[in-house]
Amino acid sequence: MSSNPRYAEIRTSSPQYWGLLSLFALIAIIGIAAAHHMDVEGHHITGMNNQIVWGLPHVFAIFLIVAASGALNLASLASVFGKYEYKPLARFSAVLAIALLVGGLAILLLDLGRPDRLIVAMTHYNFKSIFAWNIILYSGFVVIVLAYLWLMMEQRLQHWSRPAGMLALAWRLSLTTGTGSIFGFLVAREAYDSALLAPLFIVMSFAFGLAVFTLLLLLSFRLDRRELDGSHLQRLRRLLGLFVMAILYFVALFHLTKLYGTQNHAFERFILLEGGVYTGLFWIVQIGFGSLLPLLLVFAPRWRDSVPGLVLACALVIVGAFAQLYVIIVGGQAFPLNIFPGYLVESSFFDGAIGSYAPSPWEVMLGLGGVASALLIALLCLRVLPILPQQLTPEQH
Amino acid sequence: MSTDLDDTELQSSRRRFMQAAGALAATVVVPGVLLYQTGQSANAGERTPRWGLLIDTNALSEADVDACVQACQREHGWHSEDGSRTDAQWIRKVRLSDKQNGHQRVLPMMCQHCAEPPCVDVCPTGASFKRADGIVLVNKHTCIGCRYCMMACPYQARSFIHEPLRDQLPVAPRGKGTVESCTLCVHRVDRDGANAVPACAEAVNRNDRKAILFGDLNDPDSEISQRLRSVGTTRLRADLGVDPGVSYQGL
Repeated sequence: MSSNPRYAEIRTSSPQYWGLLSLFALIAIIGIAAAHHMDVEGHHITGMNNQIVWGLPHVFAIFLIVAASGALNLASLASVFGKYEYKPLARFSAVLAIALLVGGLAILLLDLGRPDRLIVAMTHYNFKSIFAWNIILYSGFVVIVLAYLWLMMEQRLQHWSRPAGMLALAWRLSLTTGTGSIFGFLVAREAYDSALLAPLFIVMSFAFGLAVFTLLLLLSFRLDRRELDGSHLQRLRRLLGLFVMAILYFVALFHLTKLYGTQNHAFERFILLEGGVYTGLFWIVQIGFGSLLPLLLVFAPRWRDSVPGLVLACALVIVGAFAQLYVIIVGGQAFPLNIFPGYLVESSFFDGAIGSYAPSPWEVMLGLGGVASALLIALLCLRVLPILPQQLTPEQH
Repeated sequence: MSTDLDDTELQSSRRRFMQAAGALAATVVVPGVLLYQTGQSANAGERTPRWGLLIDTNALSEADVDACVQACQREHGWHSEDGSRTDAQWIRKVRLSDKQNGHQRVLPMMCQHCAEPPCVDVCPTGASFKRADGIVLVNKHTCIGCRYCMMACPYQARSFIHEPLRDQLPVAPRGKGTVESCTLCVHRVDRDGANAVPACAEAVNRNDRKAILFGDLNDPDSEISQRLRSVGTTRLRADLGVDPGVSYQGL
């Protein structure tokens, strides 16, 4: 086992740090203003409607929540799986997990029809609702990861960080299972109704969380001009490739399972062939730019050692993540419910018709506001807490 | 020292205390228990109704279904004039055409008041609820507007209120930012019981022909139960096992 790395707050007074901080604060405030406007005017100013009831805010929120769970990857690898080479990154990994979750929850809350009734959501529980479980899973995650972070940072209590890490790992797997099951348990919708969505969301969390983590790690080291050895990046790069392949595996399995039964052919034809924007997002952005291109960047000998290559791979994984969640959440609702099998259906409520949805600027602002809040929290924590190793040299592992 | 004596006194006083406390507890609890039992036995004789609808699509013309929709709008004060995707629709006209032979049907579609309602299962706060008599409603005071019930409903029966409301009616309180759907005219049911006639049924039923029949599915002698026994009916998405309270004849 390596000697304990030394941690320090980032001490930079660079204009970049303050510039980023101000930018994120501004975007967060714009997000809150947009949410307030939606609250006053009602949701008719958004693109969401009675057929597509969840839209872009949910894509952003679920991205952040899923990435939050995955951001804890490196802490888990160090504490639970004994991969001590990841230990220097464990603290930042935990802080980022909390920041991303808080950002995601803020979006979910502010998109509610009645965000003022948060207290109702916290005092009235229907325990058969997977949503109610998630409220407990999300708040529990914050508490557990905070405790875990504290045990990692308090020298005298470090021996407790392993059990805390195990609890945090079990909890975050439950959290992503719960998030995937929000969709997986919707038995009446052909786009969902699959237990595979839970493991799919787990592997998505691994990749999305790692991509966000890697980008922010590189950013913060650069901001504070700290030394970062390439060997650390190599490990992150290989992990990212592995996780992206795991997503591809579960996506293929999900669609093959649906394709096997004739009853789901119409849905699969919609997503894979005739769904317009959803089909394009699936094949071009999610599979092409979000999966295959990052795999090439990560594994092809030509880019294997390039830091810009890794940055690009991470950014592409995140772009692909948004496309994937958009196809799952919005595309899944756009495909009409099959209430009358064997009939062509038509009504003033758009029965039998492909749902239509165009994100409004308000939703974009709210979503970006959530992302900015998460980044703001992470940047502030980096400044006030010793969570980042002073350097990551080859000798340390 | 007289510790022994003290102990005896102490035990005796403790015994007296326990007796008094026991008597007090019995005095307080027993009447409650008796009242509870009386209440239970009073209910035991009555069967809880389960309200449902039988919709005869053969007896409904396109104009009839339009009349159902308009009657519901008048009764509850919801509007859907401009056909916007954000407008609430508690009941809607659905036009069906058989893919194989082109046979056409028109029917009214609304909340199916399931015995196992998915909207109630998924609601995080319990705002979506089913009354003892089977009517599925939304508690407007605890609905947080998350729309998960709309995701879970197999019938697309629910609407989210996207805009501020005006001119609400006392029988149907509504609220921006919450979800709503057909109430089975619960205000009429609570007033008239088994004799209630929901607004949609009132709009299309004639003396000789009840195109939409309301009644107690749990009462084997009710008109609806007798007709359900004698004619072939369909419950939508019966494969999901949610046991809808609405049946369609002629589908």
